Amino acid sequence: MAVWARQLARGWCLLARACAPEVPHRLKSHSSKTRTCHVFCPLALLHFRNRFFPWKVQTCRPLSAEHCAQPDSSKDGSLASPESHLPAQVNQKQEKAETIPDVHANVLYEDWDDIPPSSALEEISEEEAVKIIAEPLLPFQSSTLRDYVDHSETLTKLVHLGIFDLSQVEKRQKAGQLLLTLDFEKDIRKVLLFLKDVGVEDNQLGSFLTKNPYILGEDLEALETRVAYLKSKKFGKAEIAQMVSRAPYLLLFSVERLDNRLGFFKNELGLSVTKTKDLVIRLPRLLTGKLEPVKENIQVCQIELGFQRNEIQHIVFKTPKILTSSKKKLRKTFDYLHNVMGIPHSMLTRFPQVFNSKLLRIKERHLFLKFLGRAQYDPVQPSYISLHQLVSLPDEVFCTEIAKASMQDFEKFLKTL
Amino acid sequence: VTGPRFRRLRMGAGHRLDAKASGVMVLGIGHGNKLLTDLHNCHLSKVYTVGGLFGKATDDFSDTGKLVEKTTFDHITREKLERILAVIQGTNHKALLMHSNIDMKTQEAYEMAVKGLIRPMGKSPPIITAIRCLQFVLPEFQLEIHCLHETQQYLRKIVHEIGLELKSSAVCTQVRRIRDGVFTLDDALLRTHWNLQSIQNAIWDCQLKVKREIEKTLG
Repeated sequence: MAVWARQLARGWCLLARACAPEVPHRLKSHSSKTRTCHVFCPLALLHFRNRFFPWKVQTCRPLSAEHCAQPDSSKDGSLASPESHLPAQVNQKQEKAETIPDVHANVLYEDWDDIPPSSALEEISEEEAVKIIAEPLLPFQSSTLRDYVDHSETLTKLVHLGIFDLSQVEKRQKAGQLLLTLDFEKDIRKVLLFLKDVGVEDNQLGSFLTKNPYILGEDLEALETRVAYLKSKKFGKAEIAQMVSRAPYLLLFSVERLDNRLGFFKNELGLSVTKTKDLVIRLPRLLTGKLEPVKENIQVCQIELGFQRNEIQHIVFKTPKILTSSKKKLRKTFDYLHNVMGIPHSMLTRFPQVFNSKLLRIKERHLFLKFLGRAQYDPVQPSYISLHQLVSLPDEVFCTEIAKASMQDFEKFLKTL
Repeated sequence: VTGPRFRRLRMGAGHRLDAKASGVMVLGIGHGNKLLTDLHNCHLSKVYTVGGLFGKATDDFSDTGKLVEKTTFDHITREKLERILAVIQGTNHKALLMHSNIDMKTQEAYEMAVKGLIRPMGKSPPIITAIRCLQFVLPEFQLEIHCLHETQQYLRKIVHEIGLELKSSAVCTQVRRIRDGVFTLDDALLRTHWNLQSIQNAIWDCQLKVKREIEKTLG
């Protein structure tokens, strides 16, 4: 670091506006020439032309190109192209900035005892010192996007689009870095227009991108081939729009992967093509989620719960969510329904939505009905209560219509459980 | 500008209820936590409904544990059960008098005992102040127990011991707290009522009761 300082001192450049990357801080820690430290930094920038510092830069070249176009903005962060950077900012010493790189190149290899043309150790007058504004640093490595939001156009425009929840975006791996490296004009705009073509609504774009920011980094042709593939499988345009908005990761999958998954569902469940398509449209998460839990769920249904193959097909077609629910919940619910309430498999096949509801609800309502003597689930006998009504009605309607009791009675009964 | 009204609530819990038991549980919010400690120092009794089943014995005294033995229970009648309960109540009453550290020979002690105000005001082992049988349908039975400083497992053990005394065995099927000091089932909020308005109403209703009780006991 001390070597640096000496070398920098040779190329003299007193610039009015000093951009302050991390360098002056490092120099401060290492060198004793603290009062002139901020003068070193522009020199340091020049120096970088010759030496590449492998610091991890979160903001990169395209941003600096933008910044050049806005000379009045005092942003910085780009260390990759200092010469284009500096002339834009430094008006007075422009000619000197251009000549100095050449001077510097010669100076590098000269003897160290040469007296520099004008030493950076000269005292700066107070006015000039005040003019040197030290910018707050853009950190090279940061765990939040918050530091960059002000500086990065990409991020500001995305926020305007409606992705207010940047905190979720940065939680995903590398999404933050991806967003910062992309250029809004070139890449993102194309992808957004493509999404609008596919049919994602404007107001949904924000939440879509929050869940799936990686799509902004995808190649446009790949995305188009995938949509074309879906169309070839005879998914309608509105259906594709619906699937894509509900499962944002869908378009990230390559064509072979999508094909594999559709084939998997067809084989595992034994459903016809139209039915599989219908299923996938209703729950596109099936295509994007993992396959092993789905397989295990089907096995559980078959082996442990004892459903026949055609029963499973029927259930899955009616409530595809059963494939993604947890096995423990499935087992407990089935255990209570079958063993305690005494409902046969055929009834469960006809009303598979009971598997989706909360076990506690089923328990409470069943116990109440048993207390009243109205727990009759057999359609043949009188005063039959269908499972559908048991589960899906809100409390008041359940009390008055099915149980024929008042809400207070129900609550008092619940307190005795 | 909108936002959540209460951001961080400090909540404390009163006497604990373990996972298999149900019933009234007192929670304190914010400054109410200080009242919780005061209530604890009042040493008020709690009332439980305990359901039991004759004929089985398990390792953890409840009906979900591992079965240890099975016995007959045809010989058990309500009178025998009540006799056992009276014995239990008698022994516990002696323990109550002993732990409350009152000199039994004074007039004050007699008057307090008449009013039923004697209780241990410090640490003591679990004491049952009253126990009676609510329902008796073989093999099931239900007891109401008033007690102090107990745990739910102790109550289950009592059921087991009752079974042993009756020359049979019993397991506990249900432990439900109906009263905790001044709070009864009527004041309790159901799961469907766990929202801000109901909680505020409940706090408002109970405030007076709690204050009166604390003043009476701690002076």
